[in-house]
Amino acid sequence: MQSISSQTSKPEWLSSNLLLQPFLWAMSWLDYILAPLQNLIGYKRMAYFFVLPNLLIFGIFILIPMLLNFYYGFTGGDSILLENRPVVGAANFEKIFSCQDFFKPNTCAEDLFWRGAWNTLTFVVFQVAFIILMSLITALALNRDVRGRGFFRAIFFYPVLLSPVVVALIWKWILQYQNGLLNAFLVSLGLTKVPWLLDANWAQFWVIAVSVWAQMGFFTLILLAGLQGIPKEMYEAASMDGANKWRSFWNVTLPLLMPTMTVVLVLALIRAVQVFDQVFVLTNGGPGTATLYIVQYIYRTAFEFRNYGMAAAASLVLAVVLLILTIGQLLFQRRQEAA
Amino acid sequence: MKRIVLLTVVLVALFALFACAPAPTPAPTAAPPTAAPKPTDAPKPTDAPKPTEAPKPTTAPTQAAQKVELRITWYDDGNEGAVMRSLLDKFQAANPNITVKMDTVAYADLNKILQPQVESGTPPDLARVTDLARFQGYFLDLRPNLTNAAAWEANWSPAFLGALRKPDDKTGLYGFPTQFTVSGPFINRTLFAQAGVPVPSDTKDKVTWQEWVDAAKKVATATKTPYAVAMDRSGHRFWGPSLGLCAHYVNGLTETKFTIDTPGFRNAANMLIGWHKDKITPPEIWVGGGGGYAAGNTVFVNGQLVFYFSGNWQVGQFAQQIGNKFEWDVVPNPYGDCGSTGMPGGAALVAFKASKNPKEVAKLVEYLTSDDVLAEFSAKSLFLPGSMSLSKKGVTYPSSNKQMNVFLKEVGKLMPESYYLQFNALGQTLNPEMRDRLSQAITGELSLDEAIKKIQQKMDEAAAAVKK
Repeated sequence: MQSISSQTSKPEWLSSNLLLQPFLWAMSWLDYILAPLQNLIGYKRMAYFFVLPNLLIFGIFILIPMLLNFYYGFTGGDSILLENRPVVGAANFEKIFSCQDFFKPNTCAEDLFWRGAWNTLTFVVFQVAFIILMSLITALALNRDVRGRGFFRAIFFYPVLLSPVVVALIWKWILQYQNGLLNAFLVSLGLTKVPWLLDANWAQFWVIAVSVWAQMGFFTLILLAGLQGIPKEMYEAASMDGANKWRSFWNVTLPLLMPTMTVVLVLALIRAVQVFDQVFVLTNGGPGTATLYIVQYIYRTAFEFRNYGMAAAASLVLAVVLLILTIGQLLFQRRQEAA
Repeated sequence: MKRIVLLTVVLVALFALFACAPAPTPAPTAAPPTAAPKPTDAPKPTDAPKPTEAPKPTTAPTQAAQKVELRITWYDDGNEGAVMRSLLDKFQAANPNITVKMDTVAYADLNKILQPQVESGTPPDLARVTDLARFQGYFLDLRPNLTNAAAWEANWSPAFLGALRKPDDKTGLYGFPTQFTVSGPFINRTLFAQAGVPVPSDTKDKVTWQEWVDAAKKVATATKTPYAVAMDRSGHRFWGPSLGLCAHYVNGLTETKFTIDTPGFRNAANMLIGWHKDKITPPEIWVGGGGGYAAGNTVFVNGQLVFYFSGNWQVGQFAQQIGNKFEWDVVPNPYGDCGSTGMPGGAALVAFKASKNPKEVAKLVEYLTSDDVLAEFSAKSLFLPGSMSLSKKGVTYPSSNKQMNVFLKEVGKLMPESYYLQFNALGQTLNPEMRDRLSQAITGELSLDEAIKKIQQKMDEAAAAVKK
């Protein structure tokens, strides 16, 4: 059995580089600790040892809370401690699905859940559609040999680096009714102020627009990588066959970009369903409940109204929806790969 | 076998590593265990406490020498945090073995931070709270460690002390009101003067809501001020006017059955909805407030509002922020057909039973509730004192004395039902529910009938849960 450091011989540049000496020294010390362990449990089992810390973190912060959440969904009361929570069976789920007409949230016992659900669906449909469209257009533009391409790529990617809270605060400053930048501009032109975040339709529009602005750089980057992976010969062949640019796009670019588009679609979908922080700061779910999305509903139900059981039940329903979406995407991807 | 032993040792070491990690609760708000006494922490002979502060006979001599750290979770409305800090510094100087740390959090996050801490048994020693009934059962009974518990108890309103007690508890003493609050209106006097409209309350004792709204509308129109009237987005703020307009939420003051749909409630709700329809109120507050509390103080401070319904806790920041920019004033609560009332409220400093230092906590509470200290706190923070003895003696405020006295007069006008709503656990369910459903009625998501039905449903569920 080999010791860890002796498995590969150090190249000369590594041994001679002074800057690396402290690291090499640290590694040799690590070797003292790990080598006996490797001798004991075997070379192959060392992999388990290395993933153990991550597995513990995953277990403590994700797996155990998930299981706890499952249990909370079947309990009632307002205590956060499990021992003080009475088991109520499926009562929370029954209340969620107690509805005369699911399309009219006012007729539901837990009307805010359904408002949140329908608002989220609307958000997902429009946000994902716009984000893919905008990212694709931007990626196509940035893929061309234009002057200052690197600069523009950086500009489009920049919002991705900002915290969602910062993005929301910037746009809130712009869109405020009374002292907002945009309304001040409109007034300076002699126009009247618009309640950008105080009218349900405008608020829904801006929440989607801000979200697209903040995230499209990330998806543009993925699509750009996909575009650059398409061989130039394909376009040359299409051109020789007399295809114009539009035809090349439909028959060459789009089909070859489809696997990347699928990745973008799935990532955008999951992100959109989980929308919370940005909207929480921008509108806090208002006006009324026009931009109350499902995750914010869960947050409010748990931490404002202390109805942890209902919040857990709602998050389980959301988990099932996400599971169905993910399975659908996997099946779609497999079928595509098979084709 | 050796391998298994070694693997077990490695795993145990890893778990030990995790176990030694800091507690999962955020450090600034968590109550750390009492610091172990270091040799250097021991008070010097010259630091010996004064005779009056000598440890009680029950205190073990070793404990007296221990360095104790108390933590208070605090929030600020104005400058009261700084005032409290200066008072705590004096306490620390007189008690060198006790250090008091304040963890100041945003008011909006207060309960979100405290709830898990309290329930998991790691609360701070003390906290400043407004939802008095929320942590019933988790409070530290101060009686065994107070010098004269009966005299101390007599200094506070029974309604307040009762709010901290569980229904079957009639005697526990768990905290004291750092201040008493009353909701009420502010006006921009300068705008009234500019518009040439007389201030209704200058010539008349009982001014109705309609008269105030009409006057404010005239002023706003004449001075081209964006908004005439505003009310904070809060169920608490809405309750006062609604009671004056004949809403009755409970039949008796021991009831758990709440009734929402009364002509008085509808009058009050329609008044608020009407302000929005007439566009005389800032939509940012009730429409744009989303799912939380929203105040109209910045609109008032900016001189964009004539009549603002809030409460005496705004006085300090108005005095500071408005300064000489315009003349503002406090006026008595408007009248409805059933009279006039603001809403009582306030914040309390409560002690938690998970504290490792109950004696020191009681000592701090006795210091903070002494008349001199509480008077200084109230005067410098521009708060109404919650103590009976100070209410009798009165407090001289360094500024805004006139405005504070208008609020003081309002205390005497408070309706009994207002106390019930504020200090009952069910009232704390009604507050956000009413706020959010009224907002939905204002935006048109719900009709007023639907909103009333939803509030009623929520209150029936809450009452049923209490009975269980």
